Amino acid sequence: MSIEEVVKLRDVWVYYDDSVCVLEGINLSINREDFLGIIGPNGGGKTTLLKVILGLVKPNRGKIRVLVDIPERGRRFIGYVPQHSLFDREFPASVWDVVLMGRLGQAGRFRRYSHEDKKIALHALKTVEMLDFRDRQIGRLSGGEQQRVFVARSLASEPKLLLLDEPMANVDTPMQTEFYELLKRLNQRITIVLVSHDLSAVSIYVNKIACLNHRLFYHNSKEITAKELEATYQCPIELIAHGVPHRVLKEH
Amino acid sequence: MIDALQYEFMRNALVAAILASIACGIIGVYVVVKKIVFISGGIAHASFGGIGLAYFLGVAPVLGVVPFSIASALGMGMVSKRTKLPEDTAIGILWAIGMALGVIFIGLSPGYVPDLFSYLFGSILTVSFSDIILMLILDALIILIVISLYKEFLALSFDEEFATVVGVPAERLYLVLLCLIALTVVVLIRVVGIILVIALLTIPAAISKQFTHSLKKMMLLSILLSAIFAICGLWLSYGLDLASGATIILVSGMSFLISSLFKRITLAKKKKNGQEPRNQWLCVK
Repeated sequence: MSIEEVVKLRDVWVYYDDSVCVLEGINLSINREDFLGIIGPNGGGKTTLLKVILGLVKPNRGKIRVLVDIPERGRRFIGYVPQHSLFDREFPASVWDVVLMGRLGQAGRFRRYSHEDKKIALHALKTVEMLDFRDRQIGRLSGGEQQRVFVARSLASEPKLLLLDEPMANVDTPMQTEFYELLKRLNQRITIVLVSHDLSAVSIYVNKIACLNHRLFYHNSKEITAKELEATYQCPIELIAHGVPHRVLKEH
Repeated sequence: MIDALQYEFMRNALVAAILASIACGIIGVYVVVKKIVFISGGIAHASFGGIGLAYFLGVAPVLGVVPFSIASALGMGMVSKRTKLPEDTAIGILWAIGMALGVIFIGLSPGYVPDLFSYLFGSILTVSFSDIILMLILDALIILIVISLYKEFLALSFDEEFATVVGVPAERLYLVLLCLIALTVVVLIRVVGIILVIALLTIPAAISKQFTHSLKKMMLLSILLSAIFAICGLWLSYGLDLASGATIILVSGMSFLISSLFKRITLAKKKKNGQEPRNQWLCVK
């Protein structure tokens, strides 16, 4: 494993209920400063792949390394932005409370957050341009604003790798461009993996693309052949509906 | 009410009501925001097994209830986290087993049949000085643990998965939280009884959730509300000669209805005046 490799998966298999195969023989290397977009249909195993990297799902077979360590230890260097983070819009927590949660790993048990923790959380809020919303109740923000706060929460742990699971799901279209620009800025110092079922938008901003539908197609580049896309989505009509710009993929 | 205070049992009842409010005000907030009402009900009911066990062994009820309710809390927590059994199924099973054990133990106990009714529905007027000391100790323990693990419990309630990723031992902390619920149940048994515990755990917290979005303020407000409900209920039951535990619950329930109505009306007024702030992000830009 070279130093440039942030995450390495070798022949990873995951079954649910010991019969349904979710991930089939995944091999994947994520390098430093990659901005990797993983696309694929719903139910294709994208979230499971992220959870395997985070050590939240144990593979039935295969080996995972996160920064040359097992996921349970390596994950402290990962900032995770889960899908649908918030179910209860009335949850009694402010934006500030939520961002500070990113410091839990460093803050130490039985203690309050230190001055240092607060400084780093404040900086994370500034980075996502949500400082003015500090005292607002988290559930009262729009989908796009919440997503920014959750990015700030993961940035507060000072990660080397950022994993985002369908970050655009609740973000309205005008906000999406802004959000991608933010990620692009962050990518100058943090490796980013973004999972999405919407390929057209992703393809503009990422610098590498992988296709996942139980099996993974990835060439450590932004090239994906039409054949692989079809194998991933198994439905040419859906490709058209998504407006898959094969051109765009190949031009870059 | 004032003249009632000349009786020692009334003074004890008043102190017990306040001590119970502290425990259920703090822990009830977690029960409500983490949506673990059903498991709390399960712990409360299963603790009846502990009362039966204490009778069977001929020891003080508290010596049966504390270990039994903690064991059932840990049991429910571990079964629901570590097995593939759906959580609510696991809770339902242990809930009933705990109660059944209690009935069997009491049936096997020699001698007279104890007053089960007071454990099921509370008997705040028979609270003794040693009960108060016990409640005081349990309250202190609950406050101490919640203060030292405050930020972890907040993260756990908000997003368990994220908490795990940043290195919080989520499963262990969840079990600690369930044990705190078990201790709260012990504090509340004397006041409202096993069957009605769940109301004091949920109603004050549910009301205060409507009026604040800070967890700390929610706890303080819940303590205040449950103290008011308990004292009002006690006073009404004394004046009208009704069962004290049930009266406390009905006062709480009525207050919940009134506060929900009040909240709806003020929300509708706000909407009419266009005060609901939305999409401020666009305004700031």
